[in-house]
Amino acid sequence: MLELDKISKVYKTGTFGGKKLLAVNKVSFEVKDGEVISLIGESGSGKSTIGKMILGLISITSGTIRLNGVDIATLKGGALKNYYRNVQGIFQDPFSSYNPVFKADRIFRIIREEFFPEIKIDEWNKKIDSSLRAVGLNPNEVLNKFPHQLSGGQLQRFLIARALLLDVQFLVADEIISMLDASTRIDVLNLLAELKSRGLSILFITHDLSLGYYISERAMILYRGGVVEMGSTEQVYYHPLHPYTKMLIASVPRLDKKWEEVEGKLKAKHSELSTGCVYYERCLFADKDKDCAKRPPLIEAESGHFVACSHYMEVNKGV
Amino acid sequence: MSLKVKNLKVYYQTLRGDVKALDGATFTIEDGEIMGLAGESGCGKSTLSNSLILLKPPMRFVEGRVELDNEELPIWDMEKMNHFRFKKISTIPQYAMNAMNPIRKIGKMVSEILKSKKVDYKSTLPELKRRLDLVELSHDVLNMYPIELSGGMKQRMVMVLSTLMNPSLLMADEITSALDVSTQKAVAKMLVEFRNRELVKKLMVITHDISILYQIADSIMIMYAGKLAEKAPTSVIINSPRHPYTKLLISSLPDIGVKYSQRKLTGIPGKPPLLLDPPTGCRFRERCPVAFQKCLNEEPPFMEIKKGHFIACWKEFEKNA
Amino acid sequence: MTKPKKRINEILYFALKNKRLRVGLIVVLFFLILAFVGPLLTHYQWDAYVGPAYHPPSYEYWFGTTTFGQDVFTQFILGLKASFLVGIIGGGIGTLIGVLVGFTAGYHGGMIDEFLNMLTNIVIVIPTLAILLIISVYLKVRGVLIESIFIGFTAWPWAARAIRAQTFSLRSRDFVDLARISGIKPLKIMFTEIAPNMMSYLLMTFILQFGGAILIAATLDFIGLGPTNAISLGLMMNLAVLWGALPLGMWWWFVPPGAAIAAIVGALYLTNVGLDEVFNPKLRKL
Repeated sequence: MLELDKISKVYKTGTFGGKKLLAVNKVSFEVKDGEVISLIGESGSGKSTIGKMILGLISITSGTIRLNGVDIATLKGGALKNYYRNVQGIFQDPFSSYNPVFKADRIFRIIREEFFPEIKIDEWNKKIDSSLRAVGLNPNEVLNKFPHQLSGGQLQRFLIARALLLDVQFLVADEIISMLDASTRIDVLNLLAELKSRGLSILFITHDLSLGYYISERAMILYRGGVVEMGSTEQVYYHPLHPYTKMLIASVPRLDKKWEEVEGKLKAKHSELSTGCVYYERCLFADKDKDCAKRPPLIEAESGHFVACSHYMEVNKGV
Repeated sequence: MSLKVKNLKVYYQTLRGDVKALDGATFTIEDGEIMGLAGESGCGKSTLSNSLILLKPPMRFVEGRVELDNEELPIWDMEKMNHFRFKKISTIPQYAMNAMNPIRKIGKMVSEILKSKKVDYKSTLPELKRRLDLVELSHDVLNMYPIELSGGMKQRMVMVLSTLMNPSLLMADEITSALDVSTQKAVAKMLVEFRNRELVKKLMVITHDISILYQIADSIMIMYAGKLAEKAPTSVIINSPRHPYTKLLISSLPDIGVKYSQRKLTGIPGKPPLLLDPPTGCRFRERCPVAFQKCLNEEPPFMEIKKGHFIACWKEFEKNA
Repeated sequence: MTKPKKRINEILYFALKNKRLRVGLIVVLFFLILAFVGPLLTHYQWDAYVGPAYHPPSYEYWFGTTTFGQDVFTQFILGLKASFLVGIIGGGIGTLIGVLVGFTAGYHGGMIDEFLNMLTNIVIVIPTLAILLIISVYLKVRGVLIESIFIGFTAWPWAARAIRAQTFSLRSRDFVDLARISGIKPLKIMFTEIAPNMMSYLLMTFILQFGGAILIAATLDFIGLGPTNAISLGLMMNLAVLWGALPLGMWWWFVPPGAAIAAIVGALYLTNVGLDEVFNPKLRKL
């Protein structure tokens, strides 16, 4: 349903915009109906930029995003509003998502004003009630309060309830539980997983690999604006092909086993190759003479499992 | 030699009265120990670490005694603490990376800090350089401005600086939470390295991320609503915790290999009590699946049930009896 | 649980407790009341020759008389009124333009921001006095109103800069993004999402512009570029100097307007600092 086709985002920096910063580099993927897909990357990988481009919050430098075949860059006015009926987002910081001078439930009023002015207030209140209950909140406890009177978990649930009111098909969830406490974050995550059973598609953006594994069927690993590996979560987590994915998975602090003591230090920096492999300068296997000087394409290594590395065969032979 | 904290109470003054953020903490950190301190936001873990080094308003010292290597720390006295700060007890603050003055070169900044502590920069320089080598930072950083350093490099620079005087106790408050997993690992391992080389004698690592503690800490202390809930060796806390809160907390953490469709994890229902006017008895009782009458009326003491394993839970005391 | 009222109560509590704010407000209010009640206490015209010349303060002429026998108290009261008028209109216009420019530049960013920034910088470097000299050549009769409008149109850049910066930081907050994906139009977002968060800031900007306008007006009046058909505090000082009040030792002619301007502007700045302490929790003292 939602399709990204060679999406790029270039920021101009420096005086007179002389320097260019490639935040997202020709990223393509597709999210099907009822699918949860994780977009995993470290800070600066461009994962949030992709989310914001899908939500139309920042412009796309090149490439197209299509929802059910329609290019979203062409949407304006009523059509754009209609797009937001179907596609919504939830952001990382629950407290910053609410205007601090107003009560938290104002976000519901805005939805009615903007999308459903024809619905009567009584009927609308009933709808709010049922969506709040659907996200596990007691309306009497949470309505009519200011954001600072609610917990982070409650505020994120509010935003999910807001999306339910709109009856969305696609949700961009950008690090939505990273700022919540351990005891409540899993419940919000579970809630998100339940939405999937309602036929919702979710783009789950995270830096936390274990969360990505918990919730999604497919995972995409992003490094410096480019997809380095993509496949089913099992494939990516248990048989990572790209050296970066391998390093990432080895670095995640786990509860079942300790970090391996020696896992090969990062190699000294290579000179940067702007046109080469994004992971070149940190890669243990990079070889200047060979194909790493060119950007490796995303190739299908096994069914449904893609990797952008010219040497993935060698990389995985030794390990 | 050790850090001994006894019944430490530190409240926050607000218009509506005292918030009992740290309400009676008693624990010990031995030399060579890395103690992890974990808990939800607002549980008092940062209050605890801050009060040991910089107890300033609106924080208010209520009572308690802190001993570092058999010497009492006058934590209620900002002036007298100057004598201990940086030299005996040091901290890597939460936003260390942004704490550097952007228009000062790193070396200049270091020398100014040392000067304010009446330490000679010139004679410390060789040691400083050795420490930079240790954290794999080039000596050139001393001639750089903070903006030229990456997040991980800044974090390491601050680590070098805060341990330069070989403090007896080092506190690290959420120092890895803003870092990427690969950098996180490097920084966490460096903390262990500092301890192994005895550059610091004992560490208190504060984080909400228990899996990091599992990797580096010798013991873990769990706090809940201003009280200590459990303290035990790391493997005990992770594998066989006794306090109901710790149990629920550990079981709610997703790990690679756990999938929603196969095993649904659950959080802890409810939320912590307000500390402005905390309830009587056990502060966890409202969310506790095994709470009973006694938890309502009496507050459980923080007691050692096995060597090195402390908990505050009536149910467990009964079982143990 | 805390009630929403608490927040307002809290602000009121700190406002009443703040000494600077209290002193500032009392001084400003005193002069404001004087300006409006004053005309009832005098039965003279400000430009009428009503009594003996060179007369020091007395029961009949509270602030004495001028070289020509005009009543200084009457002039003072009307001048005070004129000053407040300049403050409100000039400061109001300055704030309004500053808000519009600052909002637009800060919210839209990009080319619009660049353009408005350029405009702001140009207005900042235009010499106010030079322009006024030219205008005074063309306008033979100038009133307080014209002067206020002129001040408003030249004083806004500082407000615009401050508000632009503030808007810029607010617009990157997630709630603005949420409003955008709720399909709300940019103009509405500006006024319903961003502006309410800046109320305290806008109030303080207005107070600064208010005080600034009074001060600029006094300067212009003093060098003779003020109103030609009315009296103002600055004009009083201009006339006093012009007609030899200083060598003649007629302190009652120039001290009251000078002191009043200093007191009002000083009190306004004090109020501003006080408000800053009230609105900014970091500056509050328990």
